[in-house]
Amino acid sequence: MSLKNTYDVVIIGSGPGGLAAAVEAKKEGAQDVLVIERDAELGGILLQCIHNGFGLEIFKEDLPGPSYAQRYIDESLTLGVETLLDTIVLEVTPGRKIFASSKQHGFVEIDARAIVLAMGCRERTRAMIQIPGMRPAGVYTAGTAQRFVNIEGYMPGKKYVILGSGDIGLIMARRLTFEGAKVERVLEILPYLSGLTRNYVQCLQDFDIPLMFEHTVKFIHGKDRVEAVEIAAVDKNWKFIPGTEEVIPCDTLLLSVGLIPENELSRQAGVELDPITGGPFVDESRQTNVPGIFAAGNVVHVYDLADWVTMAGYEAGKGAAKYAMALRASETAHIPIIAGKNVHHVVPQSINVRSLEEEEIELQLRVLKPIEDRTYVEVHDGENQIARRLMRYVRPGEMNTITLKPSHFADVEKASSITVDVYPR
Amino acid sequence: MQEKYDFIVIGGGVVGCIIARTLSRFEGSVLLIDKEADLCMGTTAANTAIVHAGYDPLPNTLKARMNVKGNAMWDQLAGELDFAFERRGDFVVAVGEDELPALDVLMVQAKKNGVPGCLLLSGPEVRRREKNITPETSGALWASTGGICDPFAVTVAAAENAVMNGAVVKLNTEFKDFIMDGDRIIGIKTNKGDFLSRWVINSAGLFSDFVMHQAGVRPEFKIKPRKGEYFVFDRADVQIDNVLFPVPSDKGKGILVTTTVHGNTILGPNAEIIDDKENTSTTTSGMDEIWDGAQKLIPSLSKKHVIATFAGLRPMGNAPCKTPGVNYNADYIIEIPEEVRGFVNLGGIESPGLASSPAIAQEVVDLLIDAGEELKVKKDWDPIRPSRPRFREMSQKDRKLLVDMDPRYGRIICRCEDVTEGEIIAEIHAPVPATTYDAIKRRTWLGTGRCQGGFDTPRVVEILARELGVSPLEITKLGEGSEFLFRPTKNVEG
Repeated sequence: MSLKNTYDVVIIGSGPGGLAAAVEAKKEGAQDVLVIERDAELGGILLQCIHNGFGLEIFKEDLPGPSYAQRYIDESLTLGVETLLDTIVLEVTPGRKIFASSKQHGFVEIDARAIVLAMGCRERTRAMIQIPGMRPAGVYTAGTAQRFVNIEGYMPGKKYVILGSGDIGLIMARRLTFEGAKVERVLEILPYLSGLTRNYVQCLQDFDIPLMFEHTVKFIHGKDRVEAVEIAAVDKNWKFIPGTEEVIPCDTLLLSVGLIPENELSRQAGVELDPITGGPFVDESRQTNVPGIFAAGNVVHVYDLADWVTMAGYEAGKGAAKYAMALRASETAHIPIIAGKNVHHVVPQSINVRSLEEEEIELQLRVLKPIEDRTYVEVHDGENQIARRLMRYVRPGEMNTITLKPSHFADVEKASSITVDVYPR
Repeated sequence: MQEKYDFIVIGGGVVGCIIARTLSRFEGSVLLIDKEADLCMGTTAANTAIVHAGYDPLPNTLKARMNVKGNAMWDQLAGELDFAFERRGDFVVAVGEDELPALDVLMVQAKKNGVPGCLLLSGPEVRRREKNITPETSGALWASTGGICDPFAVTVAAAENAVMNGAVVKLNTEFKDFIMDGDRIIGIKTNKGDFLSRWVINSAGLFSDFVMHQAGVRPEFKIKPRKGEYFVFDRADVQIDNVLFPVPSDKGKGILVTTTVHGNTILGPNAEIIDDKENTSTTTSGMDEIWDGAQKLIPSLSKKHVIATFAGLRPMGNAPCKTPGVNYNADYIIEIPEEVRGFVNLGGIESPGLASSPAIAQEVVDLLIDAGEELKVKKDWDPIRPSRPRFREMSQKDRKLLVDMDPRYGRIICRCEDVTEGEIIAEIHAPVPATTYDAIKRRTWLGTGRCQGGFDTPRVVEILARELGVSPLEITKLGEGSEFLFRPTKNVEG
C-alpha cells in the first residue's frame, strides 16, 4: 500500500482512543484514514496489558487488553483504515502538516484535513516526586517493568517494593508474583487507594501483598543496583514522621505514581492545554482550539477504564471525519478554468461552484492572436458547451469577458474542469 | 609481554582525557585508564557545566591562573573537537543593597586575575536582561567570557581524538599500586594486570590522594568530597536562558540558576562535605537547600516542572598555595614531585577544573619538557574530531536527507529528546565505545527528558545486546553489578 500525500483523517496513536477514532471516522464517511503508530503493532499500551478487565462496558465481556485491541484492529482494517507502523511523529504543524520518521518508511511528510491526537499518557517518574538517594539500576516505572515482562519476556528484579497504588502498580504486583518474584510491599502516600478497588482485591489481597497507606520512600540505597529502600510514614502534609522509618531490602523499586497526558506534539501544533488536566481544551466533538485538530483519550485527561477511552475516540473520529469532509467538499468544489484555443489566460483561474449557485461569475480573458471578424468565445467542459458569446472581433490588446450564470450551475458542477476557447464563427 | 607505554594517565574525567589528547600530539604511546565502565563517571559527570570566567578564585593561586588561562583556550578546543560551547557570559547577582559591596570585591579580583570583559551592571539593567529575576536585584557583575558546555561531550571528544591519534583507552581498569624501580615509577598494577610506563600522570580526581600516597608523595594531602545536588527542569516549561550566580560565600560560589547547551534550566549546587567518595545520593535536606537558594534569584520557579535530580562530588583538596603571602589551603596541585621519578602529580582539581582543564594539560606538557622530556609533534597529528549527527538538532529537511542515507536514523528510540537508533549504534561502535545505558545516555542525551528513560530503556537494552552480541541479561546501566534484568520470564523458551 503506497502512502498518500494527503489524508482526510490522520490519527496519531493506535491505543483504544486512536483505533476507535479510526473506525468511527471511516463509518462517518471519511475516505482516506491513516493511523500512525510508533510501535511495530497496532494496539498501543493495550498489548502489554495482558490482564483482563477490558470491554465490560462496551462488550459486556471481560477481555484481556490484546483481545480488546484486536476487535478494533480487525474492524479498522476491514473498513480500509491505512496504517503506518514503527513510525514516530516528530512534529504536527498548526496547518496540519505531519512530519514522521521510521526505519522502514523513511522520513515522511503528510498533509491531513483533520487530525486526531491519541498519544495517550506517560508515567510520572522518580524525579517528579523527587525521591532522594542514589541513582542505581532497578528503579522502573510500573509500565516500563510491564513492557519488560509482558513484551520483552524478561524479569527486571527478584524482590520488589512498589510505590503508589495506581492500577498498573497493583496489576504488576500480581503479575510479578505469578512469575515467582517477591513483592515485599506496596506503599501509598495518600490515605486511600489511587487505583480501582477491584484491582486491590484481585491483585494484592488475593496474594497477601501488604499495602501501607500514608507511607512513602524516603531514600534509595545502592550504588550500582538498588539494595534497599528506606520507607517512612507521612503526616497530612506529606512530611515524614520521625521514628517510623523502616529499611526494606530489595533489588527493584517500581513506581506507580500517576500518569500525565502526553502532549508534546500538541504544543508544537499550537494546541492550548488545560493546566488542570494537562491535556488540550476540547469541545463536545473533541476538537481543540486549533481547527481540524481533535484529541481523544488519555491525551486529554487520564481515564480509569479503556472502554471510556474508546468512547472518547468515537467522538473525536466522528468530529474529525465531519471536518475533513467539509474541507474536502470545499476543495473539490473548486473547478479549474483552462485557457483553451487562442486564449492567453483567464481570470479567475478557478471558481467555487457553490458561488455560482447564487451569483454570476464573470470570466476575463485575453486572446493570443487577433481575429478581425465575428468570433465566438466559448466555455465548455471538454465535451459539451456550457456558454457561448458572439463578438464582432477579438484583439490581444483588448480584454474580453464571458459571464457564467446561476443557470449554468448544473453543467459546471458536473465538470472536472472548464475550458475557454476563442474561434471564428 | 607486558604492555609498555610512554605515558599512562590515571583517570578518565575531563582533565585526564584532555591530558591524554594533548599528549597524543607527540611521539610516544599513551594509555588512559579508568576504573569505571565509561569515561566521565566522577566529578566531570555532575557539575554546573560552566566554563568559569576566572573572577572567583583567590588572586595569585594556581587555581586562578589555570582558570583564566584555561578559559581562553576553549574556543579553539571546541573548534577542533566539534562540541557545543557557548560563550554566553554570566552574571553574579546581588540581591538587596547589602550584597552590592561583594560585587566590587569580585571586580577587583577579576582585574587581579586578569579576567577580560567584566562589567558592573545596575539593578534595572539586570532585570531588563532577565525578566524572571527577583525584583530585589540591586546589581550584577557581568563576565562576558563565561561559557557553558556539555562536559560529557567535551570529555568523550577529547578521548576520541586521543584514540584517533594512537592513544589507548582501557575502561573497567582500576589502579591498585605503582611498580617501582628504586625511586623511579616504571609502571602500574591494576585489576586488569600490570602496565609499564616511563611516565604516570595522576588525574584520579576524587581518588588522587590515594594514587599519590601509593607513590609516597604528600602523605598529608587529603581529598574531601564536597557534595552538590541539582535540579533539572523540563525545557518546555522553564526557560531561564542566563547563567546566574548569587554572590559567593565562604561555602563557595553558591546556588546557581543556569542553563545548559541542551536548553534545560538547572539549579544547584549546595556544598556538603562528606566522607564517602561514592555517595552521590540526593537528600531531602540538600534538595530543600537548593530550592530555597534558587528561589532567592528566581522566585517564580515551580517544582512541578522538575524532570531530574542528581548529585556530584567535587574533590576538594588541602594543598596550600605555593605563592608566598597567599593564605589559601585548597589550591590545585600540578607538579613533578621530588620524591619519585616518572610521576606527574595532580590533586584537588575541583571547580573551576572544567574551565582549567586545557591549561592544566598544557601545564603538564610544560612540566615534562622542564624535566628533560623531548616532546616531538607527530607529523600526522590530527587535532580535528568531527562530531556525529544529532537528529534532535537538525531541521526537518536535513533529517530527511539523513534518513534517506541511513534508515536507522529514522527509528526514534527516545521520544522526548528525539534520539535515533542510528545515533545509538554509532556510539556503540565509536572510537571509545559506549557499552552501558548511561554511556549512551551521556553521549546522545537519550533518556534525559521528561519521561526519564521510561520509553527508551527496553529498546536501548535490546539494541545494546544486539550490537554487542550478548544477552539482554548482560546489559548494565553503568557497569558490572548494575544489570537491568535478572532472568527470562517463565516458559519463554517453550
